[in-house]
Amino acid sequence: MLTFTIRRLLTAIPTLLLISLVIFLLVDFAPGSPMSDIPLTVPPEIRRKMIEAMGADQPVMVRYVLWLKQFFIVEPQYMFDAMFGTNFADGAQRIISWQSKVPVFQIIGQRLPQTLTVVGTAYAIGVLIALPIGIYSAYRQYSWFDQAGTFFAMAGFSVPTFFTGNLLILIFSVKLGWFPTIFDTNLQVTDWASFYKMVMQMALPVTVLALFNAAEISRYTRSSMLENLGQDYVRTARAKGLTERVVVLKHVLRNSLIPVVTVIALGLPTVFGGAIVTEQIFKINGIGAALIGAIHVSDLPTVQTITFIFAVLIVGFNLIADILYGMLDPRIRYD
Amino acid sequence: MTDTIKIQKPHSQWHDVWAQFRQHKGAMAALVLLLTLVVFVVIGPLVWRIDPNFIEPNTVKMFKMRNLPPSLADPMGTDQLGRDMLARMMFGGRISLAVGLVAMLVAVCIGTTIGVLAGFFSRIDGLLMRLTDLFLALPLLPLLLVMVMLFSESVATVLGPRLGTFLLIVLAIGVTSWMQAARVVRGEVLALKEREFVLAARSIGAPNRRIILRHILPNVLSPVLVAATLGIAAAIITESVLSFLGLGFPPDFPTWGRLLYDGIDAIRTYPERVVWPGLAISLTVLSVNYIGDGLRDALDPRVRGR
Repeated sequence: MLTFTIRRLLTAIPTLLLISLVIFLLVDFAPGSPMSDIPLTVPPEIRRKMIEAMGADQPVMVRYVLWLKQFFIVEPQYMFDAMFGTNFADGAQRIISWQSKVPVFQIIGQRLPQTLTVVGTAYAIGVLIALPIGIYSAYRQYSWFDQAGTFFAMAGFSVPTFFTGNLLILIFSVKLGWFPTIFDTNLQVTDWASFYKMVMQMALPVTVLALFNAAEISRYTRSSMLENLGQDYVRTARAKGLTERVVVLKHVLRNSLIPVVTVIALGLPTVFGGAIVTEQIFKINGIGAALIGAIHVSDLPTVQTITFIFAVLIVGFNLIADILYGMLDPRIRYD
Repeated sequence: MTDTIKIQKPHSQWHDVWAQFRQHKGAMAALVLLLTLVVFVVIGPLVWRIDPNFIEPNTVKMFKMRNLPPSLADPMGTDQLGRDMLARMMFGGRISLAVGLVAMLVAVCIGTTIGVLAGFFSRIDGLLMRLTDLFLALPLLPLLLVMVMLFSESVATVLGPRLGTFLLIVLAIGVTSWMQAARVVRGEVLALKEREFVLAARSIGAPNRRIILRHILPNVLSPVLVAATLGIAAAIITESVLSFLGLGFPPDFPTWGRLLYDGIDAIRTYPERVVWPGLAISLTVLSVNYIGDGLRDALDPRVRGR
């Protein structure tokens, strides 16, 4: 298992490098560069100096390697310094946003908490809804509950989140006035009153994301449960005289959850992608909103860095899913 | 006494598939719904002959025609520029469905080619599957946004804003969604190429090209068909997400996603402008997904005939 983990970690490195190259080149070769946005009235020598100041006059490969160095060496140094008060970075050049002229990681640090609270809560709630639905649907296969669950899941991943989101806003904010339409990012949870406010403003975005996630996970739980319910060990357990409750919730569920856990791990990065849309609907000032904002003004370093962080998340969670699978299921042997 | 043995008429495999498909109530309902929607967007404009982009040139008249409630002249009302919403819904639906179909075709072509090549030629299998894994690890939505944002202007200057945007979005969606099809096809081909009929074809001297085209491809049709159906749904959703984020089609060439995006600003006063396109997208995708589900059951010989 350890050798597998190490080997898997080592293969993740070239994958990440290749992805970073793809992202960097795609963003870089695109014709709509920020240089074309400099007004034509600016004299050529000043234009040249502006481009030089942004570091955009260097050849592509030089900028790529520099960006890699900043991403993997300089930024972690700064992070370490900020945590322990050391001075490893020693004023090295960080990745600077062309739009706001502050380090990109500082922007990400400001935006990440909002995204994490909403996405994290939504994912947890989604899983909590999905598991019981999946378990009961499988236990009573083809019952009305199962049919309803199937329809719910189908609707869950067919109806786009931007439609459910706006529909919920329309019903619960505009017509009924129960929840606020816009997420207030400045809200600090200090007492019960502000906590209540936080819950109220998180209710709609979390519902939208949770429903979407629950749809997929409930399907996986159902099919995995169905597969296990027909196994011989279930008959043995029943023949021993165990109660249905113990058979289903202890014997079957534990074995069924193995693939579901990996699906949950694999799904997390996609949720971050889906949060881009949800943040746009509810005007949440998160990392997805930062990405959209940067794309609209061709802020290349920010776009490259945030996109690459998404890629790191995907590769990382793929790795976690693989390792979890090997740990949870003793039948899987990688060596 | 003569035995009257009823001899069943011989029928094709597709007859069985259709018989099994009809058993799936959800899929049949979805098929009817989808056909209704297709008739609405394809035949509809022939009956309802109002130009979806017609803006009254006379300013005073135009102002009188803005934001009208539903009436006989405009059954869905008019938008903020006095354009007929029903005509725009039909027009937008045509483009939404076209995007879904063409993007799916692009994705399925790439996916099947890569899947067949990887499954059939074990020498390039590792390389192609690495490529597939690489694409699966890419953050697709951010990359799609970046691609559309950065390339839309230059493509529009070469091909014109309508055709340019259409081709760009269709290609971008197709290029980023072929991976599932490739994996499924590769798995099927790996099993198929060990079968006797492939060996027989090879032993009579058929070249690889012929084996692939005549013997392998017809046999991977079922999984490709299912992947294609689900691909249409995914492509329509992706396009509407792009439009919703303001990076999709121009307003004079709208899709349902673009219509919804345009309706967001006035959601408090005219909620129906968001609800109609949203409902249209949701129903289309839902019915396509249900049909895909039914097709999967119908094409699976283990389920069929039970």
